Amino acid sequence: MTETVLRSSAEKRRFTIDMRALSPFIALVALIIAGALINPDFLTASNLLNVVTRSAFIAIIAVGATFVIAGGGLDLSVGSMAALTAGVMILTLNNLGGGDVGTLALGMLAAIALSAACGLANGLIVTFGRIEPFIVTLGTMGIYRSLVIWLAAGGTITMRNFELRELYRPVYFDSILGVPIPIIAFLVVAAIGALILYRTSFGRHVVALGSNEDVARYSGVPIWRVRTLTYIIQGICVGIAVLVYVPRLGSATPTTGLLWELQAITAVVIGGTALKGGIGRIWGTVVGAVILELVANIMVLSNFVSEFLVGAVQGAIIIIAMLVQRSVHRGR
Amino acid sequence: MESVLRAENISKSFGPIEVLSGISLDLKPGEVHAVIGENGAGKSTLMRILSGHIAPTKGGLHLNGQPITFSGPVDAESHGIVLVHQEILLAPDLTVAQNLFLGREIRRFGFVDDRAMRERTRAILRELGTGIDPDREVSRLSIADRQLVQIARALLVPHKVVAFDEPTAVLTPVEAESLFDIIRKLRSQGVAVLYISHRLNEVKAVADRVTVLRDGRHIATRDIEGLEPLEMARLMVGRDMSKLYPDKPATASDQPLLGVRDMVVPGYVENASFTLHRGEILGFGGLIGAGRTELFEALVGLRPGHGAITLDGQKVHFRDAREAMAAGIVYLSEDRKGKGLLLQQNLRVNLTLAALEKFSHGSFIDGAGEETALDRAIKDFDIRTRRRDLLAGQLSGGNQQKLLLAKMMLAEPRIVIIDEPTRGVDIGTKEQIYRFIASLAAEGRAVVVISSEMQELIGLCHRVVVMRNGRVAGEVAQADLSEDSIVYLATGVHEERAAEIAAGHA
Repeated sequence: MTETVLRSSAEKRRFTIDMRALSPFIALVALIIAGALINPDFLTASNLLNVVTRSAFIAIIAVGATFVIAGGGLDLSVGSMAALTAGVMILTLNNLGGGDVGTLALGMLAAIALSAACGLANGLIVTFGRIEPFIVTLGTMGIYRSLVIWLAAGGTITMRNFELRELYRPVYFDSILGVPIPIIAFLVVAAIGALILYRTSFGRHVVALGSNEDVARYSGVPIWRVRTLTYIIQGICVGIAVLVYVPRLGSATPTTGLLWELQAITAVVIGGTALKGGIGRIWGTVVGAVILELVANIMVLSNFVSEFLVGAVQGAIIIIAMLVQRSVHRGR
Repeated sequence: MESVLRAENISKSFGPIEVLSGISLDLKPGEVHAVIGENGAGKSTLMRILSGHIAPTKGGLHLNGQPITFSGPVDAESHGIVLVHQEILLAPDLTVAQNLFLGREIRRFGFVDDRAMRERTRAILRELGTGIDPDREVSRLSIADRQLVQIARALLVPHKVVAFDEPTAVLTPVEAESLFDIIRKLRSQGVAVLYISHRLNEVKAVADRVTVLRDGRHIATRDIEGLEPLEMARLMVGRDMSKLYPDKPATASDQPLLGVRDMVVPGYVENASFTLHRGEILGFGGLIGAGRTELFEALVGLRPGHGAITLDGQKVHFRDAREAMAAGIVYLSEDRKGKGLLLQQNLRVNLTLAALEKFSHGSFIDGAGEETALDRAIKDFDIRTRRRDLLAGQLSGGNQQKLLLAKMMLAEPRIVIIDEPTRGVDIGTKEQIYRFIASLAAEGRAVVVISSEMQELIGLCHRVVVMRNGRVAGEVAQADLSEDSIVYLATGVHEERAAEIAAGHA
């Protein structure tokens, strides 16, 4: 009965769906053009590589957030989780004391294991406690954050072994074939993420779960396992981001990763992933993370707005992205 | 008599597609005018034009002989034209009275006057013949009572024309009968009633005149006098529909396939027992709320429950739908949109969701295999879709049901449980679904059909188990299948008494 009505809107809809996927890329191009007009230094390879490098942490975390959000969940704890993981990783390295590759590898392993465990904790509480993910991760956000403050005794956790710092430094600062390693890391994470989300049955189950949990359950999708796994993937992504982040400063402080959850969620939403779940766009997320950093960069390079207002502009962007999403939704 | 609302040569196009062409219809005060047609015939579009939700592309409306255009549904309501929606549009956490007056609260010194609203609500509900407590939250009402509240809300505004869009889709026969009493009461008050339905027996029972639409065109307007349901079906579909039900396959055996003993679903079902045989179509009848859906949801692990289940003589227990599917049992929910299909995803994603491992190499999905499966499903199940990349939510009810069937059949089940197989499905598609169900049994599978349409149970099933208040009230063998025998078990009283009781209760 309603088919007749929908029949007409189908043509329009196809267009809007494409719009949803394309809009982050259009915004990216528009920003690059705007940046080039504002400051000639903007469109240099070194500046652009710098911008993308800086966006790597958020991009990697946001790839994980794409899974959680596409599956109908939310993780607010990623910033705190990153700080805790960075702190524990540095403490592990310091305690091991060595300056060799083996020590570094052990420390990295500890970081990934811890972040995966943090994600597992979030996932288990959400699925088995049947509590809203917003509340659960709000709670763990506080827990993880305060644990790192406790470990640091309110101060800074710094890598003590100078050799190890020198050994580890290139992971953030070096390039392979002219491409900074963080950029390579985030492209690899995004590619693997896209492969999992778009090409595996697990990825299909995530989208089904986010679209309609009941339908997924009635279709025999193991919803508890799928949901918990999305949080574990989020945890592992945080761990990978930390691996790239630690060599940058070689320390972790109580303010490490502050508001990263906001930036990650913003990147995901700008990228066209539906906040209520059911649509996940990995490459859109990547572009979203780059857009956030581009905006900050353009603000620094231009004299229109104080760079201290970067957070305000990024906050405004998420609201605008939601408005765009909704108008696309209405267009159906 | 002069018509109160008249549509003249109404056409409606969405983009290049014309969904209504040149429809004329007139509604007289004190008549029930039924509009019937298959899904996609344009009934709902016509209804939405008459009630001001959308404007016609061509043609116009006349109210009491004067040309009129409505700016929207509110404008139409202010002219006394109200629409009772098919879906329940009530706020579940608000009380009946709060819902009735939502957006038009009675105020006193700027504050809501709960007492006045409660009294008005009580009066209106009493007029509708029901004693629903105005202070009860809507979420605690049965579906039938919710619908009554919805009708009450529509009738709150002064009305000259009341349009019902498939009002009985969620009602049992007894509840439907009390709705017809309300409609007859409206008619006797001189109100023009527009009645849209799939159910031709109901149309025969309640309507004075019938307009038939097919493919957006006006086929006929006839007096109900001398117009039998079979003829209505022929007009709707455009071909002879005398054989709606297929022959019952002679494959029903005595070999038990599934045995259920003392199944308990807390709050819904007490000690239900039954046996399902190979090659059999077993019907489950009863009133809405009798616990049929809950019994089978618990059986396949979708809700908590316990009891002794034997499959092929082996004791089994399913913790979730996945385990039940692995054992060869699928359950197709009555709630197609909420639990059956992902409305926001395309047909391919929906089709393979329950059997994704069949389309995977390792953990990767075989997209080409999925496409082939979709081609086959579209052909085998006659899923009518203009484009393959449509979303499931854009299909009509009948095609959604076919897609759901195709999806669940990919799991290659031995036992298929179908809850309300033809709810919201037009008659042409019904026939296809019935034939499909019969073919499942003919292939040696066992089928359970849960239905509130007694004709369907009688026409389709080898045996019917009837539930009442969470218990199995009895079983009707093929030779004894009749509406009366089912109603007797479902209500505990014979049919004539049941209607009286319904009128009294309602």
